[in-house]
Amino acid sequence: MSVRRLSPNQPASFTFAPETLKAAKQWMANFPPGRQQSAMVPVLWLVQKQEGWVPEPAIRAVAELLGVPVIRVLEVATFYTMFMLEPVGTHALVQVCGTTPCQTRGSEALMAVCKRRIGPQNHRSADGKFYWQEVECLGACANAPMAAINDRYYEDLTPEGLEKLLDAFAAGKGPPPGSEIGRQGSAPEGGPLTLTDPKLFDGSLGKKIKIPNLPPKAGKAPKVSA
Amino acid sequence: MPGLLADKDRIFLNLYGQRDWGLEGAKARGAWNGTADMVAQTPEWICDQIKASGLRGRGGAGFATGLKWTFMPKQESERPHYLLVNADESEPGACKDRDILRNDPHLLIEGCVIACRAMRSHNAYIYIRGEYVHERERLLAAIRQAYDAKLLGPGSILGYDVDVRVQHGGGAYICGDETALMESFEGKKGQPRLKPPFPAGAGIYGCPTTVNNVETIAVVGTILRRGADWFAQFGTEKSTGTKLFAGSGHLNKPCVVEDAVGIPLKTLIEEHMGGVRGGWGNLKAVIPGGISVRMIPAEEAEVAVMTYEDLQARGSGLGTGTMIVFDKDADLVKAIARASYFYKHESCGQCTPCREGTGWMWRVMERMVTGEAEMSEIDLLLDVASQVEGHTICGLGDAAAWPIQGLFRHFRHEVEDRINTYRARKGSYAGASIAAE
Repeated sequence: MSVRRLSPNQPASFTFAPETLKAAKQWMANFPPGRQQSAMVPVLWLVQKQEGWVPEPAIRAVAELLGVPVIRVLEVATFYTMFMLEPVGTHALVQVCGTTPCQTRGSEALMAVCKRRIGPQNHRSADGKFYWQEVECLGACANAPMAAINDRYYEDLTPEGLEKLLDAFAAGKGPPPGSEIGRQGSAPEGGPLTLTDPKLFDGSLGKKIKIPNLPPKAGKAPKVSA
Repeated sequence: MPGLLADKDRIFLNLYGQRDWGLEGAKARGAWNGTADMVAQTPEWICDQIKASGLRGRGGAGFATGLKWTFMPKQESERPHYLLVNADESEPGACKDRDILRNDPHLLIEGCVIACRAMRSHNAYIYIRGEYVHERERLLAAIRQAYDAKLLGPGSILGYDVDVRVQHGGGAYICGDETALMESFEGKKGQPRLKPPFPAGAGIYGCPTTVNNVETIAVVGTILRRGADWFAQFGTEKSTGTKLFAGSGHLNKPCVVEDAVGIPLKTLIEEHMGGVRGGWGNLKAVIPGGISVRMIPAEEAEVAVMTYEDLQARGSGLGTGTMIVFDKDADLVKAIARASYFYKHESCGQCTPCREGTGWMWRVMERMVTGEAEMSEIDLLLDVASQVEGHTICGLGDAAAWPIQGLFRHFRHEVEDRINTYRARKGSYAGASIAAE
């Protein structure tokens, strides 16, 4: 398990922005009455979207909002590695996947770029614009190596391509996510070898059909509502 | 035609996102077609069809789906029934559910409705991993479309009301375990629960719950539309149907692709994934089902077929059907050491063998990479691995042990060579300094 502690430097207070609060209330309504604790991870995530990280006063504010003891929120915030417990870069949070599938395709070279340009991992760069870390599998292995920058996936990366991305973020731009070599999603390089039959897409599959293997006399569904 | 499966027999027709992911596009590709007729049947009929199709859970464990659904109570009491879809795809190597979530979300939503009918449930939640931000936005948009079209919610035009909602996680592999998923769902740390009680008796909020993988649920609609026998014609008696496979690592063209279960591993790599880097002869080993199964060496990969039983007989497993391929230049010891770090990082810390064992195994594996170890430590490591395996609440302890066991089963000589080389180098330094005196 990973040991995670709150940052020693904390702001004095935290206030929910109106849109954060609105979204948080929507998440709370997503669950049955009395079960608003279920919204904890989504609400902490909204806090992180608002502040860039999860400060300690926000943890207390979330506890109050959800009506749970502070320790319940604190243990969740420190358990899930997606929550940043200290301020991150103002322009980009770079998360390079370092797990085996990405490692075999060159994630170490990507991390070398980050190290050279940003500094040691889990620290802000000198100018405060960047923050990078090695993370565990992000679930885009067929497009390895990849990095998530500000929550968007940049795939099939080369060290040169990552340099260009970092240049763009430093200039305040948000380059479009996706494959650096122009792959269509997770299709093989050069274009899909399957799903080429035009009959699949001429709408014929949307025509009314008879469900096979139905019992001789189809029973009616009971009229019940949720 | 690459592979075994013809285009007309594929289920995921927008796998690569070339076409409209939305409701209209999905309907034109056959989604939501005949759904009302399916949910008009009895839950028993749906379960029987899924049983007859031979569908097994696509999340790795491969449990029979139709059978799992019948474990739910036959009558809904004051405790509502829940379907919980596991979209916490975090296994290194696995990246197949992501393509369903972002490119064919309506197949998943339709599957939720049918599965809910089969379990007498009116509530489905899809728990998606937190890092899949784009995929979550897409899924939420698709669900909104389905509500607007009255396919979901009260007064559904399908004649059976189901609410499908989304929950998201915070980046923890452990939440892929069904009981950890339920804890995390309730807004707690993702630490697995003891079983029993089993989820079908007491799951989320203490209510009957069934947890299924994204792919398992997403194929249900098409199975019923085309018939159980259509699905069962692919593969073998025990491993049927079509399945998403993924390849990563030292391949010329890594990708995700749908093909028939039972496709030879070599065909899958050669015909769909552009072959191994440097040619088939350059293959060293394959981890066939996500990092937590044991690897198989090239000579076994030559003849292996992608079924549950064949890979199990080789001491490995089909898992999620997502391969990691290593060529002869690969440093397997380093690759497995990185996997050990992954398990150390992702252990939830609840059970001592896993919490302490994963860190210990990782530290020893790191020394094996450089060769700075004692020969006897290899057996000690294997001994510890087998002590962790089977002595934890969930499967993470097992999963941490298997990659290491796989490595030493087939490539023990490599580690031994490394230790010898390291020793020899040290020895020659000492000898050189003595000679100089």
